[in-house]
This record gives sequence, structure tokens and C-alpha cells, in this order.
Amino acid sequence: MSFKHPLDECFVRLKDVHFAYGERSILQGIDLSVRRGQVVAIMGGSGSGKTTLLRLIGGQLRASQGEVRVAGSELSRLGRNDMYALRRRMGMLFQFGALFTDMSVFDNVAFPLREHTDLPPEVIRDLVLMKLDAVGLRGAGKLMPSELSGGMARRVALARAVALDPMLIMYDEPFAGLDPISLGVVGQLIRRLNDALGASSILVTHDVHESLAIVDYVYFVSDGRIAAEGTPDEIRASRDPFVHQFVHAEIDGPVPFHYPAEPIGQALLGSSG
Amino acid sequence: MSRAASGSAVLDDRAGEARLILAGDWTLAHHAMLLRQVEALRARIDARVKVDAGELGSLDTAGAALLLRLLGSDRVRTLVDSDSGLSDGRWALLAAVDGAMAERSVPPAPRKGSAIGDVLAHVGEAVAVFGRHAVDLLGFVGLTLSAMLRVGVRPTRWRLTSLVANLEQTGLYAVPIVALLTFLVGAVVAFLGATVLADFGASVFTVNLVAFSFLREFGVLLTAILVAGRTASAYTAQIGSMRANEEVDAIRALGLDPVELLVLPRMWALLLALPMLTFIAMISGILGGMLVCVFSLGIPVSMFLSIIANDVGVSHFIVGMAKAPVFAFLIALIGCMEGFKVSGSAQSVGEHTTSSVVQSIFVVIVVNAIAALICMEMGW
Ligand SMILES: Nc1ncnc2c1ncn2[C@@H]1O[C@H](COP(=O)(O)OP(=O)(O)O)[C@@H](O)[C@H]1O
Ligand SMILES: [Mg+2]
Repeated sequence: MSFKHPLDECFVRLKDVHFAYGERSILQGIDLSVRRGQVVAIMGGSGSGKTTLLRLIGGQLRASQGEVRVAGSELSRLGRNDMYALRRRMGMLFQFGALFTDMSVFDNVAFPLREHTDLPPEVIRDLVLMKLDAVGLRGAGKLMPSELSGGMARRVALARAVALDPMLIMYDEPFAGLDPISLGVVGQLIRRLNDALGASSILVTHDVHESLAIVDYVYFVSDGRIAAEGTPDEIRASRDPFVHQFVHAEIDGPVPFHYPAEPIGQALLGSSG
Repeated sequence: MSRAASGSAVLDDRAGEARLILAGDWTLAHHAMLLRQVEALRARIDARVKVDAGELGSLDTAGAALLLRLLGSDRVRTLVDSDSGLSDGRWALLAAVDGAMAERSVPPAPRKGSAIGDVLAHVGEAVAVFGRHAVDLLGFVGLTLSAMLRVGVRPTRWRLTSLVANLEQTGLYAVPIVALLTFLVGAVVAFLGATVLADFGASVFTVNLVAFSFLREFGVLLTAILVAGRTASAYTAQIGSMRANEEVDAIRALGLDPVELLVLPRMWALLLALPMLTFIAMISGILGGMLVCVFSLGIPVSMFLSIIANDVGVSHFIVGMAKAPVFAFLIALIGCMEGFKVSGSAQSVGEHTTSSVVQSIFVVIVVNAIAALICMEMGW
């Protein structure tokens, strides 16, 4: 049932994707593609629907219109078992790491291996230590998630996300709340893991400079559409007002600073003077 | 130059031309008094009034807003050029507050509505919410049952560790509280029976009262209500905090089914625990009643036991026990479902925990009443 598209060198391809939470329309016609081996960044303001986009690609939400293709198969036509099988080939790193709080670091990373494979415990142990080593935390296996710093938790989650050697890794704001050093470390890890696994990666982030340094292509999402796209060099040179505002962190531009409100005078004095 | 005095605005028109003298601290601490002065003076300020702010002490945002209210924003804008004695820093604050207050719009129209209309609206809303909950619950029942069937036929996917851990939490740790509470209620029921039945000289039927009520109703009902408070809330909080922490999403993203992983072990744990707790509750309620019978009615233990053995049919016990798994299913279901409804914040975890306790107690009592009706009609 999953046939290969003749032109499909793209691992992920979204065509005219629409999505709404109930009445509230979030995405209105997104076109986006990720080729094998690429690291692609999706940027946009908070609440612009970036996480929603990742959930659509991960098959946790279903597009109301348009098609989402991953690894050649269109998600809306996949049955339950095929969908679960496909998800096993995707790793996802959540905004806050989402480690299982009642399991040690080791067990967190071992979890997908234990669930999805029948490997003997020694093999699982070796695999987990390899993954932890790749993120520089081989010695931290016994710690509980509550004992980790933000950067370490993010790296453990990264190790768990790649435990099954996925074809596609999705990162939801992997840099949020990290100090500049951890930020650089996580950034380099993302690129290295992608290249080492021969996978594709999608990176949702606000951190323009860190991500421009490691990605191959960038999409900007605004008002439910792709507002701009390009390679990092094109983005840096872009004259597009939206991109310019985002890259140079200007307060006012196409994205307004002020949320619509009643005038502060009324709020302060109770009535208009 | 700044005195720690409360601010004041005085209009001085002795020297032929009117001068507005602003003095003291125009700060939040003096807001109420300043507002009164401002309101009193506002009508008398016009374009010819000269402003003298040389004596002005400290000025904060609240004070600046009052000044703007007193003078109007056009007037304030001209102040900096004139010899009003206003420093640049002050002027920057005034300009910022003026900017923020500038976009004036019509105030929102006061909401119209009658008390009766409001009541009806609330009633409608509540009914709609109730309907939504009922539909959600039915949907979740289907989801859980299908997962139970799917997993049931494959013993390799039974999660025994999780089941045992949950059984310990929901069953074993609840034994003391269930036993104690039902013991006390048993004693109270016996007292009630003794008091009322003594008037008819039928005190000895207290034994039947205690045995009937605990075997049929109280044993299972009290246990279910306790478990609803204890376990439904725990299930909601556990799953809810996992949702808030995106752990549930992580489970899904790892290609696993959260219902299978989180709901089924909890469901089975409660399905096993509640009947056992119910049994304990029946025993200890009857013990409580027996204690009262022995000490205050003088009915010997052997007589108490023989009355139960001779007069109380086993069908009462069966009716009571049969309800336990039904209640367990509903309580676990509501607890887990509310957990999955949690969205994002810690506050949401709290709200849904409350809601799950209320809903599960409600459902238990309603279902128990329906069961009592059916049993009565059927003569069980
Ligand atoms: N489960 C949900 N139900 C309803 N609305 C949601 C839900 N999740 C997110 N939203 C709304 O959808 C919009 C996009 O959310 P999201 O994709 O999380 O944005 P981003 O990740 O770009 O900050 C937000 O305005 C959010 O309030
Ligand atoms: Mg997000």
C-alpha cells in the first residue's frame, strides 16, 4: 500500500496542508519538504503552529485538507499498525524533554528498545550506553530526571529519541531555556547525529543564529502559511521584511509588538478621561 | 529639593495670571488624595494657566497618569518647552504614559442581561457540559475495551510489573482506611437500629439491619466512594502530570499506545482491588455492628452469628459483590480519562483532579441507585 512516488527523493513532503483545532484554524496551506540527509529548521512566533506542524508529520494529528507524506506513504491512508510502525522510524524530541519522571536516565533510553525489540538485556545495555555516550552522558545512567540540568535532560531525551536509529528526527524547540554553552553543544549534537544516522531532521526553534549555523534549509511560518524559505545564506541576505524582523530581532514589523487591548488609560483610571 | 510630602496641586490666581503649582510626591502612595484634587481642579484648568512644577517631588507612573488626566495630553506635550521646571527624565515618563494612554476607544458597552436569563444560560451550559462528559466517557469506554481485547489475547503484552505496583497502591494501602471507616459506620448503623427498633421491642433485628445493609449496599458503596476519592484522583494526577510534561506525547511518538501503557494496568489493578476491598469492608462493617450489639444490646456473639447464618441469604452478598467490578471500571475509567484531558499547565491538573473525583462519586451513587431499583424489581 505504501508505493514510492517516482519523484520522491523527499523524505517528508507536505502539500497544501490545512489544520484547525475545532473551529480555530491554525494552518492554512503549508507546503514543505525535507530531503534525506537534510536538517531543516522551522521558525515562527510562539503560537504560530510549529508544534502542530510536527504533530501532523508525526501522525499524531490528522490534516483536515492536503497531504502529508512521510517515507513515501501518505499518512491519512495508513492503517493503525502501519502508523505505529512508521512512528517507530521517527524520533521526536519534545519541548521540555518529556523524560519519564519515574524512570532513571538509563531506563528512559532503554524504554523504546525494551518495548519494540526482543533484545537480551546485555545487548540493550550496550546499545543504551552507546547512545548515552553519543550525547556525552554515559556516566549519568543512574541519575533520575529530576537530578538533571535542563541541558542534560535535553541530551538524554535526544538519546532516547534516537534509540531506535530513526530515519527522521523531529526537535521541538531543543534550545529553549539553555545557556549558550549547552545550546552550542545541543546544536552540534543535532547535526552530528543526523549525519551519523544518515537521517533527516526537522528543527523547530526560535534561536536564529544557532540554527542558521547547523541547518541546510529554513522555513518561516506565519499566519498558518510559509512566509519565507531559503538556505541559511539566502535567509541572512534576505530583504523580506518578515525575515528581517525575525533574524534581527526587531520589536515591530510585520509581526506586531502590541497585542490588541483596551487603552491603558481606561484600565488605569477606570473610565476614559 | 524633593520633600517627602504628599503631592498637591494648587491653583493660584492672586498675581493676575493663573498659575498651577504642582508640589510634593506624585506617587502611588498618595493616589487617592491626588485623584480628589485632580477631579476638583480639572474643570478650572484651561490653556492660559501656567504650570509650575519646580516643587514637584518624585513622580511615578500613577502620578504621571494623574497629571495627564489633569492637564490633558496636548498640554503636557508643550510643558517641556515652556519654563515649567519639568526635568527631561520626568518628561520621558510623561511621554511614555501618554503614549500608552493615547489610543482611546469607546469603552465596551455594559453587558445587558436579566437574572433569569443568566440562570437559564448557566443551566443550559451545565447541561451541555454534562452531555459532553457523557459522550467523552462513552468514547473512552470503547477505546479502553478495544485495547483490553487487543492486549488480552497477547499475554506477552500484559504489563504485570505495572499492574502489581498499581495494585499495591490502590488495594493494599487502602485497606486500613476502608476497614476503619466501614467499622465506624457499621457501629453507627447498629446504634440507629437499636434506638429505632427498641420502640417496637425488636432490638434483635438490629443484627439483620447491619448484615443486610453492609452486604447489599454499604460495603460496596462506601468502598467505592473512598476509592473514588483516593484512586480516581491519583490516576488523574499521575496521567495528567505526564500529559503536562509531554510524556504522553513521548509515548505516542515512540510508537506506543498510551491507553495500553497507562490505562490498562490501572484498570486491571482497580478491577482486582475493589472487590477485595469490598469484602474487607463488609466484614469490618459487620464487626462494627456486632460490637455495638454485644456491648449495648447484650446480644451474644454466637447469637449474632447464628442470626446472620440463618436469616441472611447469600444473594445479598452476591448482589453487593457484583457491583464492585462495575464501580471499579467506572472509577478507573473516569480517573484516567480526566488525566488525558489535562492540557499543559499544573493548574489544569488540579482542575481535572477535582472533576474526576466529583464525576466518579456521582456516577457511583447514580449507578448504585439504578442497581437498587433493578434488584428490587427483579426481587433479587
Ligand atoms: N490541543 C489544542 N487544542 C486547541 N488549541 C490548541 C491545542 N494545541 C495548541 N493549540 C493552539 O494552536 C496554536 C498553535 O499552537 P502550537 O502549534 O503549539 O504553536 P507553537 O508551537 O508554534 O508555539 C496556539 O495558538 C495554541 O493555543
Ligand atoms: Mg510549540
